[in-house]
Amino acid sequence: MSEEKHHIVPYRVYVFVLLALLGLTFASIGITSIELGEFTVAAALIFACIKSVLVLTYFMHLKYDKKYIVAMVAFVFLLFFVVIVITFLDYLYR
Amino acid sequence: MEQNAHAEHIHYDAEASKIGMWLFIFTELLLFGGLFIVYSIYRFMNQEAFHLAGEELNTTIGAINTVLLLISSMTIAMSTSTLQYKKKGATLGLLAVTVIIGVVFLVNKYFEWGTKFSHGIWPGSEHMLSELSQGEILFFGLYFVMTGLHALHIIIGLIIILFAVFRIQKGTVNENRAALLENAGLYWHLVDLIWIFLFPLFYLIH
Repeated sequence: MSEEKHHIVPYRVYVFVLLALLGLTFASIGITSIELGEFTVAAALIFACIKSVLVLTYFMHLKYDKKYIVAMVAFVFLLFFVVIVITFLDYLYR
Repeated sequence: MEQNAHAEHIHYDAEASKIGMWLFIFTELLLFGGLFIVYSIYRFMNQEAFHLAGEELNTTIGAINTVLLLISSMTIAMSTSTLQYKKKGATLGLLAVTVIIGVVFLVNKYFEWGTKFSHGIWPGSEHMLSELSQGEILFFGLYFVMTGLHALHIIIGLIIILFAVFRIQKGTVNENRAALLENAGLYWHLVDLIWIFLFPLFYLIH
């Protein structure tokens, strides 16, 4: 039962992650304010993906969790990605 | 004495409750994921209208809310560490900050929606149906549904955090039984995660 004494994440890790997230937020605001045409969407989504990986890895403790939980999370995102691809294939080629 | 002996037999399994929380989070991800797909398909089919309607949204208030949610995510993540370090006061303080930021987020959202309402934009409003194009109606419909559903999650998250605060104060959630706080944290990060995608899709991409 006392295996609850798992890894305690040091405060500075959280502070660094927050700073990185804020930096990425302002970077994504900056990059989307420039006229990049169709690349704007891609740029904004890439920034959002990097941010979400940071949140999942550090804030949601996936880095310190057992690997099978990471595998489950990865599977759900993969499933979601596949559904997006299939839906768009349908709309593009109907 | 007997009560104590009884209390020790209360079933507690941190790993199982964590898996349970993750399974629930998966259903939430797919719920919002479905809405994101609807959004991207309609955007693909109505690019001009989505572009036009997106201009209507206030990037500044969206950015402020993004920063707020990110900070609150850090404070609740930190509170899981302070609980492990047996710093009860700091844990409660960090959770209080998280709750306050969550409320401020909702207040911002109230004013943001209020501005839309005063411009005559709400689902099914006369202005929307008579003046706006099909694509713009879709944009604002999705905007209200998705940010509204997200705000509902903020409210639920706040209730869960307050419940955790209560249990920490009582001492039934402590460094040896931290699962409730950890799961409240996971839920709050999920809310943050969804906002990380809502913000660029609605406020940044014009």
